[in-house]
Amino acid sequence: MSDTHAETDVATTRLAFVRDDFLKSEAPPVREGGFGHWLKVNLFATPKDTILTILMALFLAWILPPLFNWAFFSAVWDGSNREACLGEGQGACWAFVDAKFGQFMYGRYPIDERWRVDLTAILLIVSLVPLAIPSVPYKKFNAIFLLVIFPIIAFILLTGQFGLPPVRTDLWGGLLVTLVVAIVGIVVSLPLGVLLALGRRSHLPFVKYASIVFIEFWRGVPLITILFMSSVMLPLFLPDGVTFDKLLRALVGVAFFASAYMAEVIRGGLQAIPKGQYEAADAMGLSYWQKMRLIILPQALTLVIPGIVNTFIGLFKDTSLVLIIGIFDLLGIVQLNFADPNWAAPQTAITGFAFAALVYFIFCFGMSKYSLYMERRLDTSHR
Amino acid sequence: MTIATIDSSASQPARASLFYDPVIRGVVFQVLLALFIIYLVYSGVTNAANNLARAGIATGFGFLNNRAGFDIGQSLIPYTANSTYRQAFFVGLTNTIFVAAIGIFFATILGFIVGIARLSKNFLVRKVAEVYVETLRNIPLLLQLLFWYKAVLSALPAPRGSIEMFNSSVFLNNRGLIMPQYLAEAGASIFYASIAIGIAVAVVIARWAKKRQMATGQIFPTIRVALGLIIGVPLVVLFVLGVPFTAEYPELSGFNFRGGTTIRPEFMALLLGLSLYTAAFIAEIVRAGILAVSKGQTEAAFSLGLRPNTTMRLVIIPQALRVIIPPLTSQYLNLTKNSSLAIAVGYPDLVSVFSGTVANQTGQAVEVISITMIVYLTLSLLTSAFMNWFNSRVALVER
Repeated sequence: MSDTHAETDVATTRLAFVRDDFLKSEAPPVREGGFGHWLKVNLFATPKDTILTILMALFLAWILPPLFNWAFFSAVWDGSNREACLGEGQGACWAFVDAKFGQFMYGRYPIDERWRVDLTAILLIVSLVPLAIPSVPYKKFNAIFLLVIFPIIAFILLTGQFGLPPVRTDLWGGLLVTLVVAIVGIVVSLPLGVLLALGRRSHLPFVKYASIVFIEFWRGVPLITILFMSSVMLPLFLPDGVTFDKLLRALVGVAFFASAYMAEVIRGGLQAIPKGQYEAADAMGLSYWQKMRLIILPQALTLVIPGIVNTFIGLFKDTSLVLIIGIFDLLGIVQLNFADPNWAAPQTAITGFAFAALVYFIFCFGMSKYSLYMERRLDTSHR
Repeated sequence: MTIATIDSSASQPARASLFYDPVIRGVVFQVLLALFIIYLVYSGVTNAANNLARAGIATGFGFLNNRAGFDIGQSLIPYTANSTYRQAFFVGLTNTIFVAAIGIFFATILGFIVGIARLSKNFLVRKVAEVYVETLRNIPLLLQLLFWYKAVLSALPAPRGSIEMFNSSVFLNNRGLIMPQYLAEAGASIFYASIAIGIAVAVVIARWAKKRQMATGQIFPTIRVALGLIIGVPLVVLFVLGVPFTAEYPELSGFNFRGGTTIRPEFMALLLGLSLYTAAFIAEIVRAGILAVSKGQTEAAFSLGLRPNTTMRLVIIPQALRVIIPPLTSQYLNLTKNSSLAIAVGYPDLVSVFSGTVANQTGQAVEVISITMIVYLTLSLLTSAFMNWFNSRVALVER
């Protein structure tokens, strides 16, 4: 009661210490946005920063114009043989890549049969893209198609079964072989990696130590020695008369190598699942395989999708090693074509490498961006 | 009533079929697996023995004492074509360790610089570091090696048109990088001794300074004193002795250089490829390590009154290193394993000398490749043993 009384007093009586006019407004603060501010914060914040910026700008000015000049402005875009690329001060010889593009993609695969490779590639894209987009439904069927049915169809199409003219694998080459090695590696290594990871965490001592020895052995030696082993030693261990295709031997080596790495990635996922999940599954009376199939693996595998993609990136880059045992993958066939006297020019080698690097980069960079995207999507930690 | 039933069933467990007994199942499964593995190994070994006998290839490790009969371009230990395969093995092994050690040195330095640059506040620095990492990481190492070897180093001018540097004492051409060689004269051993003594004294002083700081809190300028002892003292000794080294400068005679030391293009290509590639991975590890230290740590250090560089040295870096070192070790191991790609550029490392030339000459692929694999396996097991030891030492002790 007394409060209201006092308020009315203040409102009605004029007090000398209360202002009745507005303060004069202050000048607006210094602009905190815009290009000038961005420059100040990002490039010229301190004297040290300014020096760094100038040094970097000089470095870029030194390196970028010649690079662009080489790749675009003074590059040779068309021509039918080396004559086009012999000019003084010329840049990249893209005509070489243009002329050899078919080889770089298919190797020596017969030209009339190349539609089979194209069809396989289309099937792959059609089944892979929906699997990679999280919101598309029917993931289970999609995955089964990609991991089980697609390899069978691809095998039939590429090697030539059921009436299709057969194509020997030593005619395969280029990006085709790179993709075949990488995809076989991943398709075989996923299930094998799951088994090895489960084996490594098993309570059965023999299974556990057998898995550990297998994983550590393949992870401990360089891929190149594995490829040597599979190309030189594997035929020795097989009974007389059983011979393996050279490409298949390399595939066996790559698949085991990838499985060991995959097993470690998946083991990381298994370890990240809280113990309560295992105990809850046991309490429900599920058998070991039911527990793994229904409770543990679905959670563990989703958790390590980025790790699986990273393994795949590594595998994709490592496929280039097969050229050392004489299989002409993308890098191998590019290099083989340097020896072509029709295209012997100073810029041929560097252009070929640039092209191969670009192809590898597009694949690997794309996959790494996808893995980052999944990582962000799957990140449930509340930081 | 219900309680009574449960009690009676507990005292007399239902006899499950042996088929469902987890212990028996486990044993049976393991025995089957063991039999399968034994069968694989047995059939592999008998097949290999049969095949080798049919092909008339000798077995066993006796070949190691035979004359190798081939030359090796670069060798750190004495080796001629008359040496044995055993010596060829050691040449390959030392070459592998040599290129790996130098590669690790450069990759670490470059990796740390790029990793810190990726966190820079400066836009240009940050972007250049990012482009470096993304480009180098996403292109196969083998392609990079071949690029350096075939597209860059082989494209350099011939010895006559060498690129001259440092007042015509260093030459770069398609035969390699040719530098002056410093030959030790009498008295050089005193210079070496002064370096060793400098390091020893610096270690003693650092220990004493740490003990004193722990006891009294007084800070001793350890780093400056140590630098003075390790660099300054030997320099003084060097000039007092009147520089006991003679430089041998390379000279062009005919079509090639004479004198000086040459770094061969194979080695340069391998070193460049390995260190630039691995540096990109190390940069990412360093970046992740620094980001893993929460911002609260910096703020807490500032509120205690530590200066920015002290905060970095005493608070951020020790915690970041805990995150950085395990993956860093595995990158070192990767670099060592990747050095086996030397075979593509013709640098005589273990794989190229032993699994390549020796295996071809002797035909004893099984023995040769097994030895090579065992070497790499030993290296990687030692590294992982170190990593486990390190992890257990620095792991945070919680509750």
